[in-house]
Amino acid sequence: MSEKILMKGNEAVGEAAIYVGCRHYFGYPITPQNELTAYMARRMNEVGGTFIQSESEIAAISMVFGAASAGARTMTSSSGPGISLKQEGISYIAGAQLPCVIVNVMRGGPGLGNISAAQSDYFQATRGGGHGDYYTLVLAPYNVQEMFDLTLLAFHMADQYRMPALLLADGILGQMREPLILHRPDFPPLPPKTWAVGRMKDRPMNLISSIRLGEGRLEAHNHDLQRIYDEVRKNEVRFEETHTEDAEVLLVAFGTSARVCLGAVTEGRAQGLRIGLFRPITLWPFPSEALVRHAEKVRSILVVEMNMGQMVEDVRLAVEGRCPIHFHGRPGGGLPTTREVLEKVREGL
Amino acid sequence: MGWRYMAEIKKKLSAKKETSMPPSTQTHKRTFQRPKSLTDIPFRYCPGCGHGIVARVLAEVVDELGIREKTIGLAPVGCAIWLEDHFEWDMVGPAHGRGPAVATGIKRVLPDHVVLSYQGDGDLAAIGTAEMIHAANRGENITVIFVNNAVYGMTQGQMAPTSMIGQETTTTPGGRDAKRDGFPLRVCELLSSLEGAVYLTRTTITSPKHVRATKRAIRKAIELQMQGAGFTLVEVLSTCPTNWRMNPLQAMEWIEKEMVSYYPLGEIKGA
Repeated sequence: MSEKILMKGNEAVGEAAIYVGCRHYFGYPITPQNELTAYMARRMNEVGGTFIQSESEIAAISMVFGAASAGARTMTSSSGPGISLKQEGISYIAGAQLPCVIVNVMRGGPGLGNISAAQSDYFQATRGGGHGDYYTLVLAPYNVQEMFDLTLLAFHMADQYRMPALLLADGILGQMREPLILHRPDFPPLPPKTWAVGRMKDRPMNLISSIRLGEGRLEAHNHDLQRIYDEVRKNEVRFEETHTEDAEVLLVAFGTSARVCLGAVTEGRAQGLRIGLFRPITLWPFPSEALVRHAEKVRSILVVEMNMGQMVEDVRLAVEGRCPIHFHGRPGGGLPTTREVLEKVREGL
Repeated sequence: MGWRYMAEIKKKLSAKKETSMPPSTQTHKRTFQRPKSLTDIPFRYCPGCGHGIVARVLAEVVDELGIREKTIGLAPVGCAIWLEDHFEWDMVGPAHGRGPAVATGIKRVLPDHVVLSYQGDGDLAAIGTAEMIHAANRGENITVIFVNNAVYGMTQGQMAPTSMIGQETTTTPGGRDAKRDGFPLRVCELLSSLEGAVYLTRTTITSPKHVRATKRAIRKAIELQMQGAGFTLVEVLSTCPTNWRMNPLQAMEWIEKEMVSYYPLGEIKGA
C-alpha cells in the first residue's frame, strides 16, 4: 500500500505519525515547525485523535508523559527554544522508561537566535539533553521521504526500547516540499504494554515513576538503562555511504548539510576529486565503528555542519587520531555551499 | 518507590515466619479496617501530619464508589510523593507541578477512567501554576486534591505561596512580609472565574466533622468527574507540625485560628 504525493517535510512527519497510530499530539507554536502543529490539529480531528495546543512546551511534554504512561503512541514537536523547555519532561520520560517521539525542527541559537535552519542542537540532542544519566534515540532525516520514514521508525524504536526518540530535522527540511511515497511499515510485532497505567483488571497496580529512593535502587536502574543503551548501540546504528569505496577525502555530514555535501561529491568527482560522503542517520547511537574503518583508509575527513562544530567532536572521538579531521561550519542560519566544501576538500588533499 | 520495594522483601521474609506460628485462638469482630484501596505499608508521615488523613479519606471514597480499577492517581513531588506506595490503584509520578498536564495526557487516552492529581501547595500554586490554570480553563475532566499546609514540607519548611503573612519559615526567618514576599494565594478563588472549573471547594481536617466534610467534597468531585462535568478541585487545609514547629494539637488550632479566616471553608464554586 503506497501513494506518491507532494508534501512539506513538517507535514510528512505528521502523516507518518498518523500512519503508525499516533492519536495523541500535544504542541505549542514555534517557527519553523508550525506546519506540523497545524497539520496535526486538522488530521487528529479527521481521525478522531487528540490534539491539544498546550499552554507551554513544558505542559506539552508533560501531556506526552501522561499519554505515554497510559500506553498510547504520542508525539510533540518544537524547535530549539521549545526543546530546551521540554528537557525537564524528556528526562522524566527517560527515567520512567516511556516511549514517545519528540521532533526538533532546528533553528539557529543560542537564546531566541533566529528562525533560519541550523544544526545548533546536536550537542543537546545526542547527550540526553536534560539532567541525569540517559540518552534518547536521535534520528536525522535529510529529505522529505526520510522525514516520513524515520518518523515511522522513531515510533517503532521508542516502543521497542521503551525510551524517547528524537527526530532531529531543521527548518529547511521542515519547510521544503518534495515528492513522498506514503507507505505502511512492516515492523515486527511489539509486545503489549503491560506496564501502562489504566485498564487494571486482575493485576497488581502499575507505577510509572522516575524516582528511585532506597539504597542502590537508582544505581541498579542506571545499570538497567545502560543495558538497554548497549542493546541500541549494537542493533540500531544507521548510516549511508556515497562513493566512499575509493575516497581520499571523506565528508561526514547529516541532514541538510549532507545534501550540500552530496552536491559537492557529484561536482568534485566530475573534477576528478576522489571524495565520498558518510552520512550518519542515527546521531545517537553514533556510527563510530563504521567511521573508524574509513579513517584507516582515507587521507583526511572533512566534517560539514550548520553550526560551529558539534558532531565533529563525535567524529574525533570515533577516529581517535587515525587521520586528520577538518571542519567546515556555517552557524546562525548560514548554509554551507558546494564551493566552500570543495575548497576545504582541496586544502585537505 | 523504595518502600514498596522493601515491603515486598519484608513480605517474602515474613511469609516464611508465619507458617511456623500457631493459629490465633481469639476471635475478634472487625469493626474498622484499612480501605481496600490502601496498601499495608504504614504511612510514614510525621506525627500530626494531615496527608495520612486525606489519603485515607480518598481511598475510602474510591472503595465506596467501586472504582479502584478505573482510578489513576498522580503523586506529586513533595511529601505526597510517598503516596506511590500507599494506593492500590495505578500511580504516576509527574515532574514537580506538572500533575494537571500529565493528568490531561492520561485522561485524553483513558476518558472512562477517574484521574486524581494529588498536589501540595508548592507543587500546585507555585511551580505548577500555569498547568493548574490551563487544565482548569480547558475544563479538563480531572480532579485535583490540593493539600494546603502553607509550607514546603519535604524540603525542610520553606515559604509556600500559601504561607500566611507573618509565618516563620526557613526562607522567611522574620515571618512572611507581604511587601517582600507577596500575599498568600487563594487557589479556589483564583480559579473560580474560569468557565472550565465546575467545582472548587475548601475543607479542613481539624475535627471529625471536618474530615467527614472533606470526604463528602472528594466524593462529589469524583462523581462530577465521572459525569464528565469538567475540572474539579478540593482544597484541604492541612497540618505540618514539623515545619510549623508545633505539636499536632497546636497545629490543628493554628489552622482554625489563623488559616480559616483567610481561607474560608465551603464551596467557592458549586456545581
